Amino acid sequence: MRPFSYSRARTLGDAAQLTHDDTALAIAGGTNLLDLMKLQVETPETLADISRIGFGGIEDTDDGGLSIGALASNTETAVHPRVRSDYPVLARAILAGATQQLRNKATTGGNLCQRTRCFYFTNIDQPCNKREPGSGCGAIDGIAKLHAVLGTSDQCIATYPGDMAVALSALDAQVEIAKSGGDTRTVPVRDFHCLPGDTPWRENVLEEGELITAVTLPAPVGGTQIYRKVRERSSYAFALVSVAAVVEIEDGKFTRADLAFGGLAHKPWQDPRIGEALMGKVPSDDLFDKAADILLEDARGFGENDFKIPLARRTLHAVLQNATEAAA
Amino acid sequence: MTVHFKQDTPDDSNRLDGMKQGVLGKSIRRVEGMAKVTGTAPYSAEYPIADCAEGVLVTSTITRGKVVSIDKDAVLSMPGVLAVIDDPAMTTRAAQGTADEAPQQEPGTVCYWGQPIALVVAETFEQARDAAKHLPINYREDPSAPLDPQAVEAEEQEDETVRQGDLDHAMATAAHSVDVTYTTKGHASAAMEPHASIAQWDGDKLTVYASLQMLNYNISELADALGMEEENVRLVSRFVGGGFGSKLGVSEDVVAAAIASKEVGRPVRVVMSRQQVFQCVMRRSETTQHLRLAADENGKLIGFGHHALVSNLPGETFAEPVLQSSHFLYGGENRDLMLEVARIHRMTAGSVRAPGEAVGMPALEGAMDVLAEKAGIDPVELRLKNIPEEDPEEGLPFSSHKLAECLRQGADAFGWDSGPRSPRHTCEGEWWVGTGMASAARVHNIAEAKSRVTLKADGSAVVETDMTDIGTGTYTILAQLAGEMLGLEPAQVLVELGDTKNPRGPGSGGSWGAASIGSAVYIACKAVREELGQRLGVGETELELKDGKAASGESLVSLLDGNDLSREGHYEPGDIKDDFTASGFGAFFAQVRVNRFTGETRVDRMLGAFGFGRVLNHKTARSQCLGGITWSIGVALTEALEFDPRDGHLVNCDLAEYHVPVHRDVPDLEVVLVEERDPAASPIQAKGIGELGMCGGAAAIANAIYNACGARIFDYPMTPDRVLAAMPD
Ligand SMILES: Cc1cc2nc3c(=O)[nH]c(=O)nc-3n(C[C@H](O)[C@H](O)[C@H](O)COP(=O)(O)OP(=O)(O)OC[C@H]3O[C@@H](n4cnc5c(N)ncnc54)[C@H](O)[C@@H]3O)c2cc1C
Ligand code: SF4
Repeated sequence: MRPFSYSRARTLGDAAQLTHDDTALAIAGGTNLLDLMKLQVETPETLADISRIGFGGIEDTDDGGLSIGALASNTETAVHPRVRSDYPVLARAILAGATQQLRNKATTGGNLCQRTRCFYFTNIDQPCNKREPGSGCGAIDGIAKLHAVLGTSDQCIATYPGDMAVALSALDAQVEIAKSGGDTRTVPVRDFHCLPGDTPWRENVLEEGELITAVTLPAPVGGTQIYRKVRERSSYAFALVSVAAVVEIEDGKFTRADLAFGGLAHKPWQDPRIGEALMGKVPSDDLFDKAADILLEDARGFGENDFKIPLARRTLHAVLQNATEAAA
Repeated sequence: MTVHFKQDTPDDSNRLDGMKQGVLGKSIRRVEGMAKVTGTAPYSAEYPIADCAEGVLVTSTITRGKVVSIDKDAVLSMPGVLAVIDDPAMTTRAAQGTADEAPQQEPGTVCYWGQPIALVVAETFEQARDAAKHLPINYREDPSAPLDPQAVEAEEQEDETVRQGDLDHAMATAAHSVDVTYTTKGHASAAMEPHASIAQWDGDKLTVYASLQMLNYNISELADALGMEEENVRLVSRFVGGGFGSKLGVSEDVVAAAIASKEVGRPVRVVMSRQQVFQCVMRRSETTQHLRLAADENGKLIGFGHHALVSNLPGETFAEPVLQSSHFLYGGENRDLMLEVARIHRMTAGSVRAPGEAVGMPALEGAMDVLAEKAGIDPVELRLKNIPEEDPEEGLPFSSHKLAECLRQGADAFGWDSGPRSPRHTCEGEWWVGTGMASAARVHNIAEAKSRVTLKADGSAVVETDMTDIGTGTYTILAQLAGEMLGLEPAQVLVELGDTKNPRGPGSGGSWGAASIGSAVYIACKAVREELGQRLGVGETELELKDGKAASGESLVSLLDGNDLSREGHYEPGDIKDDFTASGFGAFFAQVRVNRFTGETRVDRMLGAFGFGRVLNHKTARSQCLGGITWSIGVALTEALEFDPRDGHLVNCDLAEYHVPVHRDVPDLEVVLVEERDPAASPIQAKGIGELGMCGGAAAIANAIYNACGARIFDYPMTPDRVLAAMPD
């Protein structure tokens, strides 16, 4: 671990000031950042502790939605009565991640910004374009079981590993961002993370000095909400594939099909064409297959992770079938 | 006074059964448990040693070659840095279990990616770690570092080879034959406590607090590495946070701490990071196993073939002994067994819990399930039919043999359905549900051991040895054993372990600890009893001790008359080991569910029935079995070391990515202990239990996966990708 200075931000202005520099990083729960600092993957010169700035609450919004503060712990969010009743897919996604101890510390903002679990990214003695631009990608011809099959580039094939953001994408949530000057902007969660392209080091749209202040959920919709996470062991493992679904079926036909996928790409994956293909149709295996065809049209494996392509298809089937059964 | 006993003949007097205290075998909680869970039991890095400097190992970033130069000056000016050490005496890998001599030294010669090559010492751990990451090293790389065990010519381990009769002919003419190849991936011990040491010099006397399993060997390994006399070395390992083989031999941190402490003139602590524990201690070799089984129309084996390919670094003596139990578990007169080692440049392969059977049995017992299906015989029945009368290769009798009882009692307790079996009989929602079983076997190991037992003038007792308790219950069973012999409650017996100032124990490894050190304690206690008997005018065999008194009413305190009474027991395995084949046996039963969409497998329940001689404490014995079964869930479903194909470095080197089972993966486990006395195994009629519980369990799960969903998989672990690939539509 390299020496670093530590400052406690009291206000948002403080924090923005402190992090307005590429050698500074905000620290919230620290469950991701500290691990990476010990490995010297992250080497900030300044840590701005934002955990005492008051954006922790979970509050109703005027339009009937819910605002979840950037510093709300994952546990608080997952057990919040409105989250459980109105956005169960979010509670389920959070509870499918990490462990109780980690969720007690992990925050909304930190969870959205958590970094990939690519083995080559976390080993500073291996090449990695994300960690060290231009050094090459260790994973492409290496051990790539966890890696992406959608939206990859020849620079990077890492996945975004989180669960919470997959559910937030399906729920059409917005990320509230504050800029250093005091301005704010709002970005849909689905547009918050980036594809690797030629800039694999850039994982999300945050600019220097910008902080997440909250995530807002729109007014709840009805229907069945499912979070399905496929993993080797039954807890404490990242998703091989995950599906978040908010689905409504009326008169035997899909009237809502908001889907997002984890474990497949550098961001929670969404493809509006999938919902469009399902809407107004009667659930059937053939229809589910069509949806999977759209999802996987451009999928490409790297040997070890080829299995994710059929697995994603099968998991999507399972989720749509569960939703159909729940509606019956 | 030392009493030496060498066991050359079976002992079925079962003397321990005639003792009166009635504490041996009881379910007693671990005596050190409270200290551990309240954080007052010091692990090796936690000894409060004043003025301790911190050392961090620097590891290589090439696979093979030479260190040409190390730019020490570049980091010596960093804050807090005291020294950069690359002494040729530093070790580059852990010693193999029972090596008794220094492992490979000369850190300037690199044999695998991640090998220790230097140590940075600084005032704080963070300073040392930062400097270690910054140390510039210049290498001359040798590009010829074979990494793929399949791509090199392997060396046959000739003493493992057995050729009897004509297996090819038996296969060709058999009514039922099976010819299958299984693979297993490498495993890590993944003990909770990382390897850690604190070294301290007093003149030319060295003390090291270290996390080690076998101090009796480790002391010579360390002394040899440093070119010292053993008398000048003291090792202390009172509490060890799990070892599972990874701490059998002296590890790199121990030697480095000793050298560094001498150089900087202060105590030095070296704690391996989790990544270093994974990358530079020991791996279990991956295996490729070719099994051939030939059976007559009744399912009786007439031919048995097991070839295994394992790997290790050039020059290492250890070869994962995959065939260990295959040599005697089942009959079949035409036999062909062979073990080969591929020399590759991955980290050292060595003992990980149950070396050999941990991976050999899952393959063999998988193949047996294929045979049961082909022959149309219930899998339990097939095993019962093939239990040999005597060792099929050596012709020796078995010291004791409870496989049949374990199979029957286990099947009963599990509710095994012996009716016709075919896959996909039960589907609950999305889940196919099925059952499977397997036999368990693990050779019985035993070793020389010494212990001193002292009856104190106040009527309490002390047991002393350098034996370790790696979390298994050694403190507790020795208190029970001495208590039983001396007529005391275990709480009146103080057990002092893990310090080489005490008599040499056997060390913890190969499941031999309890039987070996228990025998030494038994011998010492018998000698104490003899003296007490003389004082009372009765023979040792007539002496009855209970609750601190002899049957005549005389108390131990009065018999001791103000003095301590001390005897040392020295147990040595005698010729008896050449007269019998000795092994623990058992049976596993599993019910699993496999998701028909995702191929995820979850274990519903598992049962193990085991016979391993005398049970010294039902609670600690059962806990060992539960731990073993849990490991077999890992072998079956999740545990796999992944090596980079280009430089051989271990990629998944932490507990987030090396998947041991979590609580939710470990369901309802049940253990049936089939009590027995093994007169030839040890003077206390006990055998090993620590490893047996995982020897074959993975096959019960694999066979249950097949029974559930019809996916016959030949590659462990059976992760969802593999299940899906093998699952019929
Ligand atoms: C062993 C292990 C297993 C795990 N398993 C899972 C899993 O299965 N599923 C899953 O989803 N997650 C999993 N996690 C990840 C966990 O969810 C994240 O570590 C956690 O959510 C990060 O939150 P934090 O508050 O601790 O972030 P920190 O570690 O404090 O910060 C992480 C990053 O976010 C930035 N950051 C934090 N807050 C803000 C903000 N308000 N604005 C801008 N940037 C910010 C920091 O600068 C830093 O770069 C696992 C973690 C571990 C260690
Ligand atoms: S996949 Fe991305 S994160 Fe992983 S090594 Fe390649 S560039 Fe780095």
